[in-house]
Amino acid sequence: MVKKKKTEIPWGDGIFESFIDNGIRQVAYVPDAGHARLISLCERSNKVRAVPLTTEEEGVAMLAGAWLGGDRGALLMQSSGVGNCINMFSLIQECRFPLFSLVTMRGEFGEFNPWQVPMGDSTDRALANAGVLVKPVDDVSRVVETVTAALTLAFSTYRSVAVLISQRIIGYKVWK
Amino acid sequence: MPKPLKKLDRREAVAQILKQRGDALLITGLGSPCWDAAAAGDIDTNFYVWGGMGGAAMIGLGLSIAQPARRVLVITGDGEMLMGLGALATISVQRPSNLSVVVLDNERYGETGMQATHTHHGVDLAGMASSAGFPLAATINSKNELTEFIPKLYEINGPVFCVVKVDDVKLPMVLPERDGTWLKSRFRKAVVGSLD
Repeated sequence: MVKKKKTEIPWGDGIFESFIDNGIRQVAYVPDAGHARLISLCERSNKVRAVPLTTEEEGVAMLAGAWLGGDRGALLMQSSGVGNCINMFSLIQECRFPLFSLVTMRGEFGEFNPWQVPMGDSTDRALANAGVLVKPVDDVSRVVETVTAALTLAFSTYRSVAVLISQRIIGYKVWK
Repeated sequence: MPKPLKKLDRREAVAQILKQRGDALLITGLGSPCWDAAAAGDIDTNFYVWGGMGGAAMIGLGLSIAQPARRVLVITGDGEMLMGLGALATISVQRPSNLSVVVLDNERYGETGMQATHTHHGVDLAGMASSAGFPLAATINSKNELTEFIPKLYEINGPVFCVVKVDDVKLPMVLPERDGTWLKSRFRKAVVGSLD
């Protein structure tokens, strides 16, 4: 059985470059191991403000405020955090705020923890039901282009767009 | 016989706060704070949040980071603030010096039948903000205290947090525009000048 470790995440650098190229100024996040590299790059950069949240829906509201003030933002979260955002997405949908979310999946591919499955299995449907355009990616060579295209879609068409990064790419946690 | 008013009149308090706003940007939390702000006078730099309960203070944070040269004022209610208490911790960590959050605290869920909120049972929102690390957090109980505090909302290096204890009376609704897309575009045009 093939098990990947969650340490090397080269696509994190590519996403960060895309953030900078697309004028992302505020990055709100609840940590996930899959986002560790990207979060660390954002924290070290003076071009983006990295904002840790206590719960994901804070980031949805925060990035609406950011856009009102002229800043573009990105929300980083794990699939379990999507459930926390559902009502706050109504702010985004009703106002047609552009919102870019980057979701690392759990409970989807090679999961060990059964408690991750209910939210992981319904993440795409929950997002779609909340008016979010869902762009899954499970091929590591397509992560950066998917993110870049989703950023354009979100900010050019005033839409909420979420890129879901499969556990197939992130690697699943080794429980020992 | 109307019951004697012991606390502040919310409409008067909001009007007094906004009279001194200068070019401050305003976010109002859902329910009565929207009606209070609309009653004080609608302008393009008011953004009324008709939903997304619990998000008002965080909208204020994102806006205050994007617009560091402008004062950002959030006016919300106790029920709305209670739904997003984590925001106190998140805002405190970012320490936006230009953000002030005012909670109009009638200790009731005004839009759903005036049920008691947690503040009615003694939960101290200003104490929670202070514990989270807000450099200034206060509870206002009288007109004199409010008059004295208002300049701090606009001048002190924040984030500033202020609970204004108001009467639990239902006032006639003064409804601002409610189309979210229109409110959003109007606000951003006024502040940034462009939607791109």
